[in-house]
Amino acid sequence: MELLTNQILAGLATGAIYACMALAVVMIYQAINHLNFAQGEMAMFSTFIAWQLMQWGLGFWGAFALTLVISFIGGVALERLLFNPLTNAPVLVHVAGFIALFAILNSVAGLTWDFTIKQFPSPFGSTGFLGSQLISKHQAGIIGVAFAMLSLLYGFFRFTRIGLALRAAASQPESARLVGIDTRWMVALGWGMASAIGAIAGVLIAPVVFLEPNMMGGVLLYSFAAAVLGGLSSPFGSVLGGFIVGVFENLVSTYVPGVGTELKLPIALALIVTVLVIRPSGLLGRVVVKRV
Amino acid sequence: MSAIEETLGQTVAAVEVRKSSMPTVARLVLLLGLLVIPLGVSDFVVFQVTTVLIYAIAILALNLLTGASGQFSLGQSAFYAVGAYTAAIMMEVYGVNYALTLPAAGVICFLFGFLFGLPALRLSGVYLALATFALAVAMPQIPKLAVLEPWTGGVHGLVVNKPEAPFDLPLSQDAWLYYFTLSVAVVIYWLCANLLRSRTGRAMLAVRDNEIAASALGVDLSLYKTLAFGTSAAFTGVAGALGAIVVQFVAPDSFTFQLSIAIFVGMIVGGVGWLPGSLVGAVFIVFVPNLAEGISKGLSGAVFGVILFAVIFALPHGARQIADWIAKRLPR
Amino acid sequence: MTLLAVDGLRAYYGQVQALQGISFALEEGTVTALLGANGAGKTTTLRAICNMVRSTGRIEFDGKPLAGISTESVVRLGIAHVPQGRGTFSAMTVEENLQLGAISRKDTKSIGRDIERMYEHFPVLKRRHTQQAGTLSGGEQQMLAVARALMLRPRLMLLDEPSFGLAPLIVRDLFAILRKVNLEEKVAILVVEQNAQLALEIAQKAYVIETGSIVMSGSAKEIATNEDIRKSYLGY
Repeated sequence: MELLTNQILAGLATGAIYACMALAVVMIYQAINHLNFAQGEMAMFSTFIAWQLMQWGLGFWGAFALTLVISFIGGVALERLLFNPLTNAPVLVHVAGFIALFAILNSVAGLTWDFTIKQFPSPFGSTGFLGSQLISKHQAGIIGVAFAMLSLLYGFFRFTRIGLALRAAASQPESARLVGIDTRWMVALGWGMASAIGAIAGVLIAPVVFLEPNMMGGVLLYSFAAAVLGGLSSPFGSVLGGFIVGVFENLVSTYVPGVGTELKLPIALALIVTVLVIRPSGLLGRVVVKRV
Repeated sequence: MSAIEETLGQTVAAVEVRKSSMPTVARLVLLLGLLVIPLGVSDFVVFQVTTVLIYAIAILALNLLTGASGQFSLGQSAFYAVGAYTAAIMMEVYGVNYALTLPAAGVICFLFGFLFGLPALRLSGVYLALATFALAVAMPQIPKLAVLEPWTGGVHGLVVNKPEAPFDLPLSQDAWLYYFTLSVAVVIYWLCANLLRSRTGRAMLAVRDNEIAASALGVDLSLYKTLAFGTSAAFTGVAGALGAIVVQFVAPDSFTFQLSIAIFVGMIVGGVGWLPGSLVGAVFIVFVPNLAEGISKGLSGAVFGVILFAVIFALPHGARQIADWIAKRLPR
Repeated sequence: MTLLAVDGLRAYYGQVQALQGISFALEEGTVTALLGANGAGKTTTLRAICNMVRSTGRIEFDGKPLAGISTESVVRLGIAHVPQGRGTFSAMTVEENLQLGAISRKDTKSIGRDIERMYEHFPVLKRRHTQQAGTLSGGEQQMLAVARALMLRPRLMLLDEPSFGLAPLIVRDLFAILRKVNLEEKVAILVVEQNAQLALEIAQKAYVIETGSIVMSGSAKEIATNEDIRKSYLGY
């Protein structure tokens, strides 16, 4: 029983990481209706910027705040410079663009900061949370941040005019322009926000997985899975999906014989596909009425 | 751009996709070119060009799926792997002739694709992408399973013997394999082009253009989607089998998700739905990474990314755009 | 006073010229009908006003030229466009749709009050205000589209085939409301209709378009009572 509790708690802690990243995935999906394959690399790059700022002598929170600003601007710039010109290109070409961006960011980070792993400090500390052995302060902190970001995003999309405009521009761009929304800037804004959220996720993940150019590979896969599982139209669903994937991943590798680290991901993905066959819009996603 | 203009644009694109092959003259010239390539170059170059042809088959198979039925698969590396292992195991464990492994790989992959497609094709768009992606990620783990090791060789993989040219033909092993691969590629190209023109192909195109309308016309959606998926898997499997024979080696890590990505990029560069583009795409994914490495070793990834961006900026419809441009200027 | 002046408007889809240089004017607070058969260029005219198709010629709104500005900027000047297909944000609730109608307005304080007023005009929308808009019936969606357009507090509303696909009884209701809205909200309306009889009932002025040119214009009464025009162009 104690093993089970332990594994669930550990799963929630990893799940929180996936949840943060899944939020970024959903954010950009809301803005552009695409899964951004380069999202993980963008987060990794932001984390390196934070690390570099700290190397130059900034404190953690100073570096963190500055990184958020840089990441937001960077995200907007990427959209304006690279993806806006592709607006009228076929959908699959965007995917190729994401792959290209992935290759560029990964390679540039590798050349600038090399591939050796680096320690990254935790803002919360690494001792046990409330004296508990089960979960560290950093893990508890990640869970807290995931929920804080979720509430902020929920409020943003539900209650602010700009959040409403963003959703409108993403779902029906033509109609959005007919109510006076400048859809091109909405897309750029979505990129900026996704980039900043990714930076938060990266900074939280780095103390756990260590900082290196390939740190986000595995995380992003689980986050996609989490976002899709929860429903790509629902920030809340993506966080829930993150926790489910984290816990499930841990339980499977502990309790199912023959499943080592290598089969963990395929099995987690298989579960998700099964869920999707039953509920095609994800656990909390909305079913949109489809017309001819 | 307005919605109507966009719709018009898409309709035009759709019409162009129907014109998915090339005029006969162009075809003959290309074939002639491909026939003379191995004369007077080193075996290594011949080997590289053979690789190009094999990737071209794999890209063609994805093109058939995406261009004809509008579905999008990230799991092509899995079918490629199944084909490669089928060939390797048949040749090395059971001593079957290499030429016979190709149809076997095709049939096995068709069944595999068909069976995987039955549940997975209830999904669409990103969800199907995720399901096929799961397949691609899971596949390299399967040959490593202890139960299968006697056949697959586990992590170490299997070494495959290179076949000799038959009938005492005066050809090196590499040149023979090139011509063998070329003839398989020509047959598969011919099959794909005809398939698109057939009744089945038209049904697939209808599914791609408008699922709801196609189902209202009595097209059995799931059957045609699954058929397209199975056929694509079969051709990919044949490419995988050829790959195993030519590279003389199969191992789990040769068939990671990266391979699916490469095949996908090849399709985009060649032009989605334009079958001859598959060859252009294959040239791109075989030679551009080398070129990038030549320009800068440390930044080869970045150089590759920049080149890819340049291509999709200049030619969002891939090599098809160049072909259309030339076709417009040729005298009729 | 002239609110909208269109002069020598030509519009193109790719190589195809859809409007052959049409001119007309619309007075403040009035209802004008654009009539004609399928494919005559009525919808294109509306789309050209909003810069949604490539066009040449002069379009002036309240004395300001609209050439070269984006669709969203045209809308912000006070031109609300209800397109064919209604432009409903189908995944959002009815109330969110109404808020989106007012999204470009600066006077955010009075939006809540305007939504209440829309619910008075269209009681059915109040009953369904938390419902996903895509699940409304065709008639309800058309009401929502008109309400959403009014949320802009426009000076001109462009209506593209409002009766399209609706049952006759619902169409009656809708046009009664449009007349009321025109009087109470002081909104000028440019309405494109195939159902000419209906449009002429609420319009003061009408233009008949055929293959991209205006072939007839006059007061709604003249057009409605002229037997020849009715038979040859309007088909009733």
